[in-house]
Amino acid sequence: MKKVIVPLGPYHPLFEEPEYFALYCDGENVVDAEWVAGYNHRGIEKLSESKHWDQVTFLIERICGICSTSHPIAYCNAVEDLLKIEIPERAKYIRSIVGELERLHSHLLWVGLAGHFLGYNTVFMWAWKYREPILDIMEMVTGNRNHYAMMKIGGVRRDIADDDIDIIKNILGELKGKLEMLTQAVLDDPVLAARLKGVGVLTKKDIKDFGAVGPVARASGIDIDVRRDSPHAAYNLVEWKVITCEEGDVFAKAVVRLLECFESIKIIQQCLDRLKGKKGEIEIEVRNIPAGEGIGHYEAPRGECFHYVRSDGTSRPVRHKIRAPSYVNIPTFKASCIGQTIADVTIILAGVDPCYCCTERAISVYDVDKKKKIFDGKDLIRLSQEKTRKIKKELGFKDE
Amino acid sequence: MNIVEKLKGKFGNKIKDIKLHCDKRIYVEIEKQDIIDFVKFIFHDLDARFITASGIDNLDSMEILYHFSVDREDVIVSIRVFLDRNNPEIDSITKIIRGASNIEREMYELLGIKFLGHPDLKRLLLDDKFPEGVYPLRKTQEKLEK
Repeated sequence: MKKVIVPLGPYHPLFEEPEYFALYCDGENVVDAEWVAGYNHRGIEKLSESKHWDQVTFLIERICGICSTSHPIAYCNAVEDLLKIEIPERAKYIRSIVGELERLHSHLLWVGLAGHFLGYNTVFMWAWKYREPILDIMEMVTGNRNHYAMMKIGGVRRDIADDDIDIIKNILGELKGKLEMLTQAVLDDPVLAARLKGVGVLTKKDIKDFGAVGPVARASGIDIDVRRDSPHAAYNLVEWKVITCEEGDVFAKAVVRLLECFESIKIIQQCLDRLKGKKGEIEIEVRNIPAGEGIGHYEAPRGECFHYVRSDGTSRPVRHKIRAPSYVNIPTFKASCIGQTIADVTIILAGVDPCYCCTERAISVYDVDKKKKIFDGKDLIRLSQEKTRKIKKELGFKDE
Repeated sequence: MNIVEKLKGKFGNKIKDIKLHCDKRIYVEIEKQDIIDFVKFIFHDLDARFITASGIDNLDSMEILYHFSVDREDVIVSIRVFLDRNNPEIDSITKIIRGASNIEREMYELLGIKFLGHPDLKRLLLDDKFPEGVYPLRKTQEKLEK
């Protein structure tokens, strides 16, 4: 059987980090997939062993620019588990606020890019426009649009000022209306439904086998969320619910992410109400880390982020193991891409949200026998966008 | 302490040590030849989710912690195995849990632990040109210094 290898990567706008996927295709259909990683291996676990406990929080923020507060929260949870300490209540609320703001901006980023890959650039423009005020709030609260440096062992580094609370609540209130409009527009669109429903389905068994987490698992009906299952920060002090879907396709993943945005807004607003007009400690002093081991996890926008630390009583960790959610979510491609068409693979890969970076596209399709280039990256996105256009025509819509 | 009782009832004296850091963190030390039985029981019978495994170089031994989460009960069970540092070998659990393949490949290249019966034991992160027999996560690196 004649097979064509479609290389995706190492640099590709679908991936947060440079990664390489080889898709083995028979005609339009993907029959096998292979993953090559390591292009962005920076040895952070080893580097962590050479840093002071307090410096590690800054180091692990640099693991990922999009979930740059999830890793510090998980790490602080791990060290606090080792120490068996409880952080002050005010610090708990602030942790949840920063964590949920991050989830909001991360999910909107995904919705925008998913829209772009499907040829819906309006969705891309809207989602990214609505993401901007969240980054403004981040700058107001933490001083930075990314890499917030808010978490520390035993609490948080900065307080949220009383004057800022009303401003943040107003921005979020406005955002909620716009998000409702965007969500309705996306979920009611028959063309998007035709492109996304039944595409890249992951069954409950796939999720268990690969240990997938986060929105990927919840879209397949696996009801797990570290925020609820393992109460920490302020997640057990406020009202919210875990969103799940049963279908397991890319559409279900979009539904989960969009509806989670509203839960995030709900959490932030309740936390802000509890902070307003009150004073309180935001950290407890931690001087020494005794010998021992600790485990901490946190629900990052992409799923459970896991940290294991071991101390020998000195000022540095002897071992710091980190497992990011994409480490277990990415291998599910093996189950979701096979049997699908090339035009759908871009959105299936994006469906897992392996984070994105807007670098140059380096993707091309080679004919293995003739060693000749058939498509390049732009052509593949064009293929995907053309498919949407065709469906629109069949459904009787006018082209944009 | 439901999970601890279940483990004790099933394995009895196969368990070398059980340490409860707190109610939510259970560390179970076992011999390396029992790893498959334990993983099967925890993954299938306790219906736990495989999180990952941490390989640690203790200088006098090599240690692996297999972390499992029982999400319903908010408990993380870590199975601890000590291996001979000069010849670290253990049965692969990839046959039971597909998702364990990558972390075993990672421990293989970074710590030099061999996973017997792994379907595709090759490098995951390191470049092909990185020298053989040098393991970046080991505590001393005599070979690299030479």
